[in-house]
Amino acid sequence: MESLNIFIRSIFIDNMVFAFFFGMCSYIAVSKSVKTALGLGAAVTFVMVMTVPLNYLLYEYILRPGALHAWIPAVPESVDLNFLSFIVFIATIAAFVQLVEMIVEKFSPTLYSQLGIFLPLIAVNCAIMGGSLFMQQKVDAGELDTLWQSIVYGLGSGLGWWLAIVMMAAIREKTTYSHIPAALKGPGIAFIITGLMGIAFMIFSGIQF
Amino acid sequence: MSNNMKYLTGPFSANNPVIVQILGICSALAVTVQLKPAIVMALSVTVVTAFSNLVMSLLRNGVPARIRIIVQLVVIAALVILVDQVLKAYVYEISKQLSVYVGLIITNCIVMGRVEAFALGNKPWASFLDGIGNGLGYGLILVIVAFFRELFGSGSLLGFRIIPESWYMTEGGFYSNCGLMLFPPMALIIVGCIIWVHRSRNKDLQEK
Repeated sequence: MESLNIFIRSIFIDNMVFAFFFGMCSYIAVSKSVKTALGLGAAVTFVMVMTVPLNYLLYEYILRPGALHAWIPAVPESVDLNFLSFIVFIATIAAFVQLVEMIVEKFSPTLYSQLGIFLPLIAVNCAIMGGSLFMQQKVDAGELDTLWQSIVYGLGSGLGWWLAIVMMAAIREKTTYSHIPAALKGPGIAFIITGLMGIAFMIFSGIQF
Repeated sequence: MSNNMKYLTGPFSANNPVIVQILGICSALAVTVQLKPAIVMALSVTVVTAFSNLVMSLLRNGVPARIRIIVQLVVIAALVILVDQVLKAYVYEISKQLSVYVGLIITNCIVMGRVEAFALGNKPWASFLDGIGNGLGYGLILVIVAFFRELFGSGSLLGFRIIPESWYMTEGGFYSNCGLMLFPPMALIIVGCIIWVHRSRNKDLQEK
């Protein structure tokens, strides 16, 4: 039940885009057609499902205050590597994205050429770094305490971002036929649409199982 | 000299990172509920952008193109850790309010974007000024958004009360705060309106 709650929460209530504005740069830039939005959303969800649990393991067993002491008794209990978490998380993410890029390039050149421009973008997508940082915060608060839950959280956050960018792309495809004031065309109207969608998403707050 | 001035002041309006280049919205808008965290965030980003531009510009001839993203991330992450530790030491309350958003400066597209687009092809001093200019341009938008959100959302600015207590309904007046301003979606709508005003004054930026 706890996992289901985390899953629903991370998709609808704590939606990466509408509640926290994570990944806005690629969200605005790549939401011009549904097809590319689907591709980028899938890639982000995949990277998120992999990196959040990886970072969870690193945080739980190495970075947390007193974590090293728990399995290497020789290390004093006062050792606190928490300040390293930013650099460790971003290194994991960048290395993982590089790995995915190399694997895709080797085994599926067609997919590689389709995703080409998106893959490097993913390493600096704030949604992914944000997922890991929120995971860290949730572990500290005791809301997330197993590897399985971190996988569920990564999956939910990724799917939430995917949902948001595909919805946005669908709306933007329609707005090309509308009469929008010249100064609002492009990013201006995109921001206002996102704001209105965010207000609509506020309806989900408080859902629990 | 005039060139350097252009690097410094260009990002304030004509080449603003947030409303023209559409960069760095990710970690920005959630910190604009109040003016004070917005100013701290703007200063932090300015410091990180300026120094990451400077360092990468110094290193630009020694880093192979294939691994440059990782090198950039390491430089930026190290700077952000420094900023985070300083904030925790001197303004602990605000650092708590900013929570994960300090860490997200690492993936702030402005920092990476300016390193990629400017610092890798320019001299250190020009890159440093470009970093400061872009950080301040970003801060300008943050402050405008936070100004409206704090004024209409809680009736104060920087924590000082602007709308008199006696105006409020609870005190028998006619006024009540706009609670919606405190929610995340309003930040997006305000930025949308800023873009609207900015582009109607600068016709050359409008999309055809």
